[in-house]
Formats: sequence, C-alpha cells, structure tokens
Amino acid sequence: MFGKIIGWIDDRIPMTRVWNMHIAQYPAPKNFNFWYFFGSLAMLVLVNQILTGIWLTMNFVPSSEGAFASVEYIMRDVPYGWLLRYLHSTGASAFFIVVYMHMFRGMIYGSYQKPRELLWLFGMFIFLALMAEAFMGYLLPWGQMSFWGAQVIISLFGAIPVIGDDLTLWIRGDYVISGATLNRFFALHVIALPLVIVILVFLHIVALHEVGSNNPEGIEIKRKKGSVAEKDKPKFKFHEYYTDKKDIVDAIPFHPYYTVKDIVGVVGFLILFCWVVFFMPAMNGFFLEGPNFEAANPLKTPEHIFPVWYFTPFYAILRAIPDKLIGVAAMGASIVVLALLPWVDRGRVKSVRYRCGFHKWNIAGFVVTFVLLGWVGATPQTDLKTIISQICTVTYFMFFVLLFVYSKNEKTKPLPERLTK
Amino acid sequence: MMKKLIIGLFALSVNLLPNMVMAAGPSVPLMEANNDLTDQPSLQRGAKLFMNYCLGCHQMQYQRYERTFRDIGIPTEVGLEQLIFDGSKVGSHITNAIKKDDAANWFGAAPPDLTLIARVKSPDYIYTYLKSFYKDESRPFGVNNIVFPSVGMPHVLQELQGLPTLITKDVEEHGHTVTKVIATETDGTGELSVDEYDQAARDLTNFLEYVGEPSRLESEALGIKVIGFLIILFILAFMLKKEYWRDVH
Repeated sequence: MFGKIIGWIDDRIPMTRVWNMHIAQYPAPKNFNFWYFFGSLAMLVLVNQILTGIWLTMNFVPSSEGAFASVEYIMRDVPYGWLLRYLHSTGASAFFIVVYMHMFRGMIYGSYQKPRELLWLFGMFIFLALMAEAFMGYLLPWGQMSFWGAQVIISLFGAIPVIGDDLTLWIRGDYVISGATLNRFFALHVIALPLVIVILVFLHIVALHEVGSNNPEGIEIKRKKGSVAEKDKPKFKFHEYYTDKKDIVDAIPFHPYYTVKDIVGVVGFLILFCWVVFFMPAMNGFFLEGPNFEAANPLKTPEHIFPVWYFTPFYAILRAIPDKLIGVAAMGASIVVLALLPWVDRGRVKSVRYRCGFHKWNIAGFVVTFVLLGWVGATPQTDLKTIISQICTVTYFMFFVLLFVYSKNEKTKPLPERLTK
Repeated sequence: MMKKLIIGLFALSVNLLPNMVMAAGPSVPLMEANNDLTDQPSLQRGAKLFMNYCLGCHQMQYQRYERTFRDIGIPTEVGLEQLIFDGSKVGSHITNAIKKDDAANWFGAAPPDLTLIARVKSPDYIYTYLKSFYKDESRPFGVNNIVFPSVGMPHVLQELQGLPTLITKDVEEHGHTVTKVIATETDGTGELSVDEYDQAARDLTNFLEYVGEPSRLESEALGIKVIGFLIILFILAFMLKKEYWRDVH
C-alpha cells in the first residue's frame, strides 16, 4: 500500500529520485569535522527565523505609532510572545555567529577555490541579503537604537556623489526616518528579503551538490572515471548521477551518516542557543541594546549610537576613515574583497593543513583583525581606538594583498592521496 | 552609628564644577541593588511605593494591573481596593491622567514611562538613583541627583528619606584640587531609618525590574526544563551517531 502511494507520486514528481540524489545516495567526504556543522545550523536558524517571524507578524503593528507598543504587547499579553520574540532576536545574532563560522570554515579549508567559486559567490550574496534583512528587522521594534542606527546607516548612502541625497530620500520614503520607512522596511523584511534568501540558499545547495563538498583535507573525493581500483571504492551505494561520471573515494552517503551527526550538532547548538534565549536574551546589551527599550524619539539622540555587534567590524572600517565617502567605499570594499576570494587566492592547495606556514599566520592575523574591529566598532570612540581601527583596516585588506602575492608561488606540503583524517 | 547618617558611600570621580554637569551624566560607579525577583513581599512593597509615589507622574503604559497583581502575589480584590486609585478596571494598563504638554511645562521634560526603565538603564542604576538625591538650592525643586545631574523631578521620597545633603572632599589629582562626591547624608527628617530607606529603594527597584520583563521568572523556570531535555537528547543523539558510524572507517 505504502509502496503504491510512493509509486503513484514518483510517476508524477521525482520525489524518490531527488531524495536519493541529494540525501540518501549523495556522496559526502567521510572526514567532516566540527566546522562542518555550521551549514546545517544556518538552515536551522533560517527556519527558526521564518517560523517565529510568522507568529510575531500576527501581533506586530508596522506603524510608527504602534510598533513599539505592539512589541511590548507581544512581550506581555501574547501567550509565550516573549519566547517568540526572544527566539527571533537571539536567532538574528545566532544567524551571524553561525554564518561567520561557516565562512571561516570556507577560508581555512579553501572551499571557495576552483571549482567552488560560484558556490562561494552565492554564499556571499546570502550574506549580503542577510545583512539587509537584519538591518531592516532592527528598525521594526522602533526603539531609540532602531531609529538612530537606521538614521546613521541610511545617511551613509548620502555620501555617494550626485545621487546620494536622492538615494537616501528614495530609501527612506520621506525626508526623515518615519512611519513610511518603517512600513517599507517591514514589507522588505517579512516578504522580499526572506524570499531572496530562501532562493539563494536553494541555489547555494544546488551549486554545492553539483561540485560536491570540500573537506578539511582539501582534496577531491571525485576522481577520474576508471582511475580507482575496485577495492578502494566505498561499499556504499551512491546515485548514478555521481558515479556515472566519476569514481568516488572516501565518501559516505549524506543520509544516514551526516543526518545523525548533524542532529548532534543541532542539539549541541540548541543547548547554547536556549541558554541565551531563556536566561540572558539581551546578552549584556549585545543582542538587545539597552537604549532600544526606549521608544524612538526623533528629538533625542542617544549618547552613543552603535549598530548591533554583527555589523561592528564593518562599521569600524567606516569610522576609521575621516572622509565619509572613502569610508563608505572602504566598508563596501571590505565585503566585495571577501567575495573575490576565489580569485585573490591563486593557490591550488586548498586546506590550511597543507599550505605554507605564512598562510596560517595570515589567517590568524585576519581573525584577530576582525575581532578587534568588532570590539572597536561596538564601543565609544577614543583616540587610541581610532588608531586601532585604522591599523586594523589596513591589516584587514593586507590579508588579501598578501594572500594574492604569496599564493602564486607558494611552498606547500605534499597532499595525501586519500582522506585519512 | 556613623552608618546611621550616611546614606551611601561612593568611590566617585564626579567633578562637581558646574560646567561638568551635563545632561548625559557622568559615569558614576553604581551601587549594587541586590534585589531579588523571587521575593514577593519585596515586590508587593515596591508596587505599593510605585502606586503611591511614582504613578502620579510616571506611567507604566505597557503593563496591566491584573497581570502585575497575579505575578507578584496580590489577590485581585486586594489590589483593586488598595492599589488602584483612579477607578481603573483591573485589566487596564497602569496609566495616569497627566498631560504630556503640562508635565513638560512643569518639569522641563515629560516624566518618562517607567515600564522598561530597568531595561533601558539597569536595576543598579535605579537603586543608585533613588539614593542619590541631595539638597541643591539652585534647582527648581531644591534637589539634584548625583547620577542624573540637573534632574527635573523633585525628591518624591523625601518624606521617607528626609533631605540628604552632599558630602564632598577636596582631593589632589594631577596636580590640582578637585572636589569629589563621597556620600549623601540625610537630615533625619524622613519617616524611615537609613536601613529602612535602603530597603524601600531596593523594593521599588525590584518592582521596576519585574515590570521591565514580567516573563523573567517564567522564562528561567521553563529554560531549566528545556535545557535539561536537550542535554538528555544530546546524549541520545550522540549514542545514535556512534552506533551509525561504527561501519565508517
């Protein structure tokens, strides 16, 4: 009976074929480590944001008069509204933590290198859409930091020559940030950008499954057809789509091996996530900023205006440069240059494990730079911090310059033939 | 019995020169409130203080009486009778009839809504603020506040605390003399002793922290169960993974 139903469906849509091709008989390298949890965790957080977002929308009032009060209504009068809201607000920060880890994984194991350039680019577009999504979502509670943060960020577009002023007017829909801005940000936050993100995530996965996953060793599991001896082939059945064109080594089917493994990652993540949600949702002002518990007041500027923590590294680059236009350009460049990583890195060895010692130091320096920029961008400016942010802006871009230079004729270690660890 | 007169000790670096008194306020080390959200009698006393001394000017426009009474253990009839003074229904928000424009004329700025004040500032800030009023004839209401210089409101708890004066000390710093605040000291005209006033300030702080996030205790109670469940699930998931991965080498 069950088989009959499946057969009936399979005659009409390729359900079993897609399941096998992309899940049950999809070949994944057998040596994924800790860093490979973050892709599936990003999906989990996306689903969390969409589900909690739907329920928040049911009680949120997208108007300048009603937004702040409706958030407090959700927090106080809607059954478990506080939980929905904290899941959503904590989810926003968790999304960036997970995505930054995911991107870092790509950097250390060279997952952006040929043939995964497009996969990396789709990822970068997801990151951009996510930043827009988070920025617009942050305006919705209509608190002081929502209002003034948006004021600062939107005014950045004013630095663009000729069209700047008209552009900011077009974004705001008004001469100041107002209910009109709130309304359009709401529309973009709940419909346009989530759609864009979901489509990009779909394309990201399509691209991933076409080229196959990289792994911590950075060597391919798909070999030339006929090059692998029968005894070296895995005992598992993989879909013909992959085995017809290539011989596959050291792979396991995604399901059940990585599904059960990802469950461990998911539950581990949820323990930390729920700890924040239930015990410290404001995260000492990092996830929910104190001034944002005060309703937006266009006549009262907060003492300090900061973006939320996940924007602060880029914000610090902006502030490091006295000239506004150059600052905006540098901030944009800091993201563009990340997207260009597949072409900046001219090496052929992917994993940091087999690259030159300098590469390890370069990556370590980049991490320190990124964290320092984040800290400087999240705290009030002092003369010392301005200097730190300027030094870090230089070292941020220096990472890419150095990589471009030394990757051309890099002294690498010999790659192993097979995945052993 | 020195302690009897000294309301609070500050290790402050507040410069009292008038030009240093800014609206934004100096960074003053805050006193620890040490309040306890599970202490219902304290929350009830805090609610009583709020309804009697604060609500005349400050609203809690997002919080309802009924929810408040239920959460802090006040029976609805008792609350209706003793804590609702304007005939509001028990399901109403905690509001007053003061007009914003009038209030702005009287005090220089409309008194802020206090529903979320504990989240905007912090419980420690509120506690310190309540204990930091001092006599200052140059101000319209004759009082000023250490953590909120040029504060617009009078010292409404003066009948409880009495009128404190500022104790300052001249200290040498970087080669010149600066005046530092070290404490305030009440004139003893209040109804409460120093310790009793500290407790009243703590009760009010406690109540304001509760109102800032009424779901706090419920959240933590639920959180323990959720995380307990997840830890068990983690162990099971880990064992499941081990079992499946036996045949991968």
